[in-house]
Amino acid sequence: MTLALHLADIHKSFGSTQALRGADFSLRAGELHALLGENGAGKSTLMHIAAGLLRQERGEVRIHGQLLSAAAPKEAMRLGVGMVHQHFTSVPAFTVAENVALTARWQVSPQGMRRKVNELNRRFEIDLDPDAIAGQLPLVLLQRLEILKTLATGATVLLLDEPTGSLDEVESHRLLGLMRKLVSQGSAAVLITHKLDEALRFADSLTVLRQGEVTLTGKPAEFTPGLVARAMLGADLVSPLTRPVTTPGEPIVCARDLTVDPVGGNGPGLRNASFTIRAGEIVGVASVQGNGERELLRSLAGLLGPTSGYLTIQGSSGFVPEDRTAEGVISEFTLWENLTLGMSRDAEWIRHGFIDRAQARHATNAIIRQQGIKAENSDVPAGVLSGGNQQKLIIARALLMKPALIIAENPTRGLDVRAALEAGERLVLAARDNVAVIFYSSDLDELLGLCHRLLVLHRGRIHEASVGAGRDGIGRIMLSGAAATS
Amino acid sequence: MTLRSWRSGPVNSLILVLLASMSGLLVLAAGLIIFGYDAPAAFAALWRGAFGSWYALTSATLVRAVPLLLIGGGLTLAFRAGALNIGAEGQFYAGAIAATWIGLHLHGVSPVLAVTLLLLSSALAGALWIALPVLLRLRFGVLEVISTLLLNFVAEALVSLMVQGPLQEARHAYPQSDPIANEARLRFLPGTRLHWGFLLAVFICAALSFLIARTLWGFTLKAAGANPRTARISGRINVSRIIGIALLVSGALAGVAGGMEVGGVSYALYQNLSPGYGFTGIAVALLARLEPLAVIGTAILFAGLETGAGAMQREAGIPSIAVYVVESIIIIIVLLAEVAGRRRPAGVQASTSVLT
Repeated sequence: MTLALHLADIHKSFGSTQALRGADFSLRAGELHALLGENGAGKSTLMHIAAGLLRQERGEVRIHGQLLSAAAPKEAMRLGVGMVHQHFTSVPAFTVAENVALTARWQVSPQGMRRKVNELNRRFEIDLDPDAIAGQLPLVLLQRLEILKTLATGATVLLLDEPTGSLDEVESHRLLGLMRKLVSQGSAAVLITHKLDEALRFADSLTVLRQGEVTLTGKPAEFTPGLVARAMLGADLVSPLTRPVTTPGEPIVCARDLTVDPVGGNGPGLRNASFTIRAGEIVGVASVQGNGERELLRSLAGLLGPTSGYLTIQGSSGFVPEDRTAEGVISEFTLWENLTLGMSRDAEWIRHGFIDRAQARHATNAIIRQQGIKAENSDVPAGVLSGGNQQKLIIARALLMKPALIIAENPTRGLDVRAALEAGERLVLAARDNVAVIFYSSDLDELLGLCHRLLVLHRGRIHEASVGAGRDGIGRIMLSGAAATS
Repeated sequence: MTLRSWRSGPVNSLILVLLASMSGLLVLAAGLIIFGYDAPAAFAALWRGAFGSWYALTSATLVRAVPLLLIGGGLTLAFRAGALNIGAEGQFYAGAIAATWIGLHLHGVSPVLAVTLLLLSSALAGALWIALPVLLRLRFGVLEVISTLLLNFVAEALVSLMVQGPLQEARHAYPQSDPIANEARLRFLPGTRLHWGFLLAVFICAALSFLIARTLWGFTLKAAGANPRTARISGRINVSRIIGIALLVSGALAGVAGGMEVGGVSYALYQNLSPGYGFTGIAVALLARLEPLAVIGTAILFAGLETGAGAMQREAGIPSIAVYVVESIIIIIVLLAEVAGRRRPAGVQASTSVLT
């Protein structure tokens, strides 16, 4: 039987960096194949080569046995390869049907478009309203639209570049379930991801790339998570984090009947929440996105005013926003400027409203070294740092203010395994220093590993839970509130 | 276009502006030759009229640079904060009206006090003229680009009304005001027709530059302009307030420009007092890459081109409007260089010239 996709001995370099050094990759028909690796391991490069978007320097690409002769996306598409990119490529003002027709180059009437989209919907069980406006779709449906568009081009080999990167766990699993159905009908799909659990749970095979080389390939059942993690990270494996042993100190946050209206008028907001967070405690917030977690965290950070109820916080707080580039750093500002941004008057290099730039650079350089931030010096724009290094800067900045409370919104979102562990490690260290930590994560395992206890949100109501409740127990509260737990 | 990436190293910017200016002049030369004008004579006249003599430099070019310095300097502040004040022309006229009105009533007052009052009232008038757009923007989200632009027409109509109504000269013959009191006039620097407002304008540009580069307030202004959301969430900056203040200051400085024009040059109010200072001021600020210190150079450059244009018209019979073509070409080239520079990877762009 011929392979759906076969890449043999692929070499590719960008300037002086060798992105791929002799990578092999085989995808059988009817298979969901996870391609794992840290950021920069060469996953996307390899798949871009398969899709004809980049040309390898050595090695060959075969699609259903046929040789891909040049870097020609059209040729790859003709042979059946369709790539679903990480960023969305739909026209916001167009309907679902119009977007699909645009990509697939259908030249049919609006009724014809609708009919053909409904056909695809039925065949692949995608369930998208052909008349919905793309710009009004939630993230998860937008992601489905991308897949639908690729299927409409007649693709039999789907390459998905981190499709779950911006989705929470429940939505991710729904999407991966959909992928499983697709491959059960004979298509083949590659799932680029850095989320280990997804790969182990949903994929038929997995391949791990590290520094441009394949370090592991085979069936998920053959491997332990530890083995896969080591293949991704190399010998210097970062040990998985555990919550620090601390004795909770005095209460830092006291909330009684706290009610916060929803941001932008959508969702339930936060309803009558009462809870306490003590010094040295790590409290996790678990919820399906849009159940009030944003309102909870942002009201604690002082960015949203409560509608009713009481909220007292002893001491200052530091906030780590979810969207690093839109809210955490100013990309074109240098590192010292980004530190200045968060610290303002509290920075030691601000005196009487004047900036001592030499001192700012000096202090920032010290912080870069101390935090292990990979940057040449304090004059580098923050935009050139990787997500993990930006996050280190943001967390370090929050901690420099000596806050009593750290509020982190999905602090490991979009980070690769190592960077996520390092971000988590910093929260643990903060708690050891007697800072109260509250953080939301879309990764339940991360919450269960790091937190002392959890606040589970369902439709804006808070349910306290212990980490002992486990994945299933917590998941049940997230989906149906406390009533179903026992 | 956003204005946030409108910056680069000082040396590169200088080379770029010089090259762009040369290109603009080359295009002018080509045009003159094609249409059969005596190009060398025209350029000689342009040079003589702008920078060719001590008199031309100080009494024509630098005098004309004063409003451009004030308007251009003020606009760098607004643009850096992410606020697009396109209404400096109107704020200039508001300042001119206020200066004229108060200047007419200052007979017998001590000159220092009279000039101070004249400048303060023009600043206040300029700020008031932009207060409505500021309010509309902060309260209702009305784009200041539109509201400030539209108020230009209102200001021009108001000047027209004033010089034919309440402020018309005593004989009611001409559409202009009476000359303001001697006490309220800005004095000349020795040996020139240049009033000392020039020094004040240069000082203001230098002070703005210091404010933006070295103070925490200037830093928050840049942050608010570069990324308002990050500024608000991570910097806890009151972005609306910063934008409001930056707009008011730019309006006040444009008002002062109008006041100085009345107090130091025309001594009276009339229609078309400004040959488009408010718009040239935008070009001057952009060409200076929103760096107030560089505005000193670009304001003098454009003032020189425009005074030279007058000489070119008188001596070589070439319509002075030709110089606006040169100005436009300079702006277009600098804009193109900026776009080309932005296409590069961020790391490269930060360290290399935008020219190569």
